[in-house]
Amino acid sequence: MTTETVTEPVPLARKDFVSDQEVRWCPGCGDYSILAQTQKLMPDLGIPREKIVFISGIGCSSRLPYYMNTYGFHSIHGRAPTIATGLKASRPDLQVWVITGDGDGLSIGGNHLLHILRRNVDVVIVLFNNRIYGLTKGQYSPTSEMGKRTKSSPMGTIDHPVNPLSVALGAEATFVARSLDIDVHHLLTTLDRAAHHKGTSFVEVYQNCNVFNDGAFMEFADKDVRPDRTITLEHGKPLVFGKDRNRGVRLNGTTPEVVDLGNDIAEGDLLVHDETREDPAVAYILSRMQYPQYPVPMGVFRAVQRPTYDDLMDQQIQDAISREGEGDLEALLNEGDTWTVE
Amino acid sequence: MTTKDGRIAPPRNGETQELDRVTIRFAGDSGDGSQVAGLQFTNTAALIGNDISTVPDFPAEIRAPAGSLPGVSSFQVSFSSYDIHTPGDAPDVLVAMNPAALKTNLPDLPKGGTVIVNTDEFTDANLRKAAYQANPLEDGTLSGYRVIEVPITSMNARALKDSGLNTKQIDRSKNFFALGLMFWLYERPLEPTLRWIDQKFSKNPAVSTANADTLKAGYHFGETAELFPVHYRVPKADLAPGRYRSITGNEATALGFLAASRLTGRPLFYGSYPITPASDILQELARFKNFGVKTFQAEDEISAIGSAIGAAFGGCLGLTGTSGPGLALKSESLGLAVMVELPIVVAMIQRSGPSTGMPTKTEQADLLQAMFGRNGECPVAIVAPATPAECFDMAIEAFRIALRHMVPTIFLSDGYLGTSSEPWRLPSVADLPTMRVDFATDPKTFHPYSRDPETLARPWAIPGTPGLEHRIGGLEKADITGNVNYDAENHDRMVRFRAEKVARIANDIPDLKVIGEEEGSLLVLGWGSTYGPALSAVQRARTRGLSVSHAHLRYLNPFPANLGEVISRFDRILIPEMNLGQLLMLVRARYLVDAVGLNQVTGRPFKIAQIEQKVNELVRSKVTVG
Repeated sequence: MTTETVTEPVPLARKDFVSDQEVRWCPGCGDYSILAQTQKLMPDLGIPREKIVFISGIGCSSRLPYYMNTYGFHSIHGRAPTIATGLKASRPDLQVWVITGDGDGLSIGGNHLLHILRRNVDVVIVLFNNRIYGLTKGQYSPTSEMGKRTKSSPMGTIDHPVNPLSVALGAEATFVARSLDIDVHHLLTTLDRAAHHKGTSFVEVYQNCNVFNDGAFMEFADKDVRPDRTITLEHGKPLVFGKDRNRGVRLNGTTPEVVDLGNDIAEGDLLVHDETREDPAVAYILSRMQYPQYPVPMGVFRAVQRPTYDDLMDQQIQDAISREGEGDLEALLNEGDTWTVE
Repeated sequence: MTTKDGRIAPPRNGETQELDRVTIRFAGDSGDGSQVAGLQFTNTAALIGNDISTVPDFPAEIRAPAGSLPGVSSFQVSFSSYDIHTPGDAPDVLVAMNPAALKTNLPDLPKGGTVIVNTDEFTDANLRKAAYQANPLEDGTLSGYRVIEVPITSMNARALKDSGLNTKQIDRSKNFFALGLMFWLYERPLEPTLRWIDQKFSKNPAVSTANADTLKAGYHFGETAELFPVHYRVPKADLAPGRYRSITGNEATALGFLAASRLTGRPLFYGSYPITPASDILQELARFKNFGVKTFQAEDEISAIGSAIGAAFGGCLGLTGTSGPGLALKSESLGLAVMVELPIVVAMIQRSGPSTGMPTKTEQADLLQAMFGRNGECPVAIVAPATPAECFDMAIEAFRIALRHMVPTIFLSDGYLGTSSEPWRLPSVADLPTMRVDFATDPKTFHPYSRDPETLARPWAIPGTPGLEHRIGGLEKADITGNVNYDAENHDRMVRFRAEKVARIANDIPDLKVIGEEEGSLLVLGWGSTYGPALSAVQRARTRGLSVSHAHLRYLNPFPANLGEVISRFDRILIPEMNLGQLLMLVRARYLVDAVGLNQVTGRPFKIAQIEQKVNELVRSKVTVG
């Protein structure tokens, strides 16, 4: 029987995004979880595999592109945003991901991170923050807490750490979020939001390095204490947290305050999260909240719309063509004062 | 100024005298408009058929204090009735708009030369700023020169007293008065400059009228004043038939890259960070948006090259541009491009180093940086234009090589080439070389690091191609599969592949041509912007009957296949370079030949006479050296 059938593209599954390369992170590393959720997300994006590119720098996290069965580029230390910018600006049809870490993205590549964020190039940046240099075997990183003793700081660090989300908000990134390697559902949802945002999406993932900085986030990220020591940001909802949902955060001027709900304080008194606020000031205040003084905020801090760099670049080209016509090389060469020798 | 038979011309009253070549230097404060006057003089000379060659000289500071020695800017133009290759060893005429301009430029003017001075600016205050103890117009400093004193500032002010402009605006027009005077002296028409003024200042009619009026006033002043007993004519040069325009090296470079994009049908992406003297290329390419050219002003040099690599990964013509300090910053990324074997081009416009050096001055001291300035065994292709107009052809050639051989290619120009100009015989687009880009598309045969048997180029498989998903990066690759590989034998093989791939480009470039006898006692071997003075010096020596030939390298890595053989046909090899002997080192090492260098690192191009003198020395000493 011959009937004409409309062939739907075969839906892809997670396994279609798993490359043939053996994964070489240390057993127990938080990177496995991030890889798994990323691979799991891919089929749902509905983007053909060949249109997806993962670009990374150097470090443990930056191995990820090898394990994705997409186009990939494992570049040099700190420079992934530059390659991603060139690729996305010249090929806006591609979906470009940047995989980086706290050393790669905030130390050697800090400058590029600032600029890709302010330009709002339409890429997704996932920064694996383990607060340590893993690949070089245990030196402190720019996010290591003050006083941390490591192989390169036997008496403790004297560097004040950088806060990745505060930096991203300072650069007026249009999408800023935080998640946790072991909270796989939250991680998947956050990556999904990031992938759908138009503009630069910046996602910090707290990631455990079980060899050189084991348990770095455990005092608030451990499953038992997480509800009381973290707070999940949800757009349009008041900042409530706690196992019994009985605590909250309100703003006292520009200072956040942790309060117990009940008696004289109701949910209506709490800060209501608005990720779409143009002004990044409140998101910045949230980014400063750290355990133990505050619950650590997780989720989307900011998601606003601003024209992307790649779109604006294309727009200028379209404008130039409609104004001056498609370029004519012969005419351009003959531009200006010319003369003829017989 | 020389007549056709080479003698200094005695002035004869009221006559027009014919000269075959004149070199004029306009010099003034950097705000005085010497560049504009020089450029307009150049265009006019070119339009009426002279051969021309120009070189500007700017201070590094945008506006050093007015009247000070570091604030002097100059523009030298040589125009002639025959084919010339340099802007002249020394000016015949110096137009000095203030004492500082006189002080800094007079040492270059040979005795007997003409100085036109703007006497109004020789005030006590300006003399002090120029560190003159006494007024050089009065103390004998200028004895031996033909001095023409013109109160340019006040005459310009009188000409424009009814213009409605304020004093400061009026003063800004005085370069046009001086230009008008020079137009009269050399029998040039005013129309091209009047047209230019009309276009340039169309939004400001008062300024436009003022500039035009003072240009005419300067011209009429020359006609009526009796300062000049004679004026001069330089007849048309005998250039090859065709259509011409005047062009600087950097303009030609930008057009060449654009042409490469058109010829391949691939979009051009230029990532660059502003740096003297390469910024012109960014500014030029930014004008070509209606050609689909994308320019990205990056946050730093590293981002600039990174973006070009990203664009090349995506299948576009990835281009970055810089000068010496910038290439140093790009070196790690250039190594990445070598490892991932993507066809980027780096336009490298050399300037004086080391470190910040002298940004506005020229030098050739980055050849070895271009060759070797990376970690590991890391060869790239290097091409070098010889003249401003040739920058167009070599820019196309840089991409042709990069694309066909899948190899990063450095286009090695310099500040002198980039900013000086000459007539360019316009090519027809139909006559430009054909270039094609073939992307891999077949999943059945694709391997990221398989190689073309002839060139050893790997396939170019761009994102968006179904079934060819693969990963590249800076870690060593396994042969064929491109997977990460630490195997000892594989690394040795891949290092040799990368070297051999560049070496095989020699099969794809023209042989080195010799001008003069194909063999003999002396070969002057040059590269880059030493072409003009080297060729002229050889021509002069040959006119005097010396046995000397000239060859000029446009391909520095790899060298043309016949270079060793050409060298072997000469008793001696002279390599003039604006460095301490970098090509010399490469040639000596590669061919075990006792070549000698002529080396200068003054930030200025060679004079013809310097090379000619060295040629004389070597030809004379030949007998004793044997």
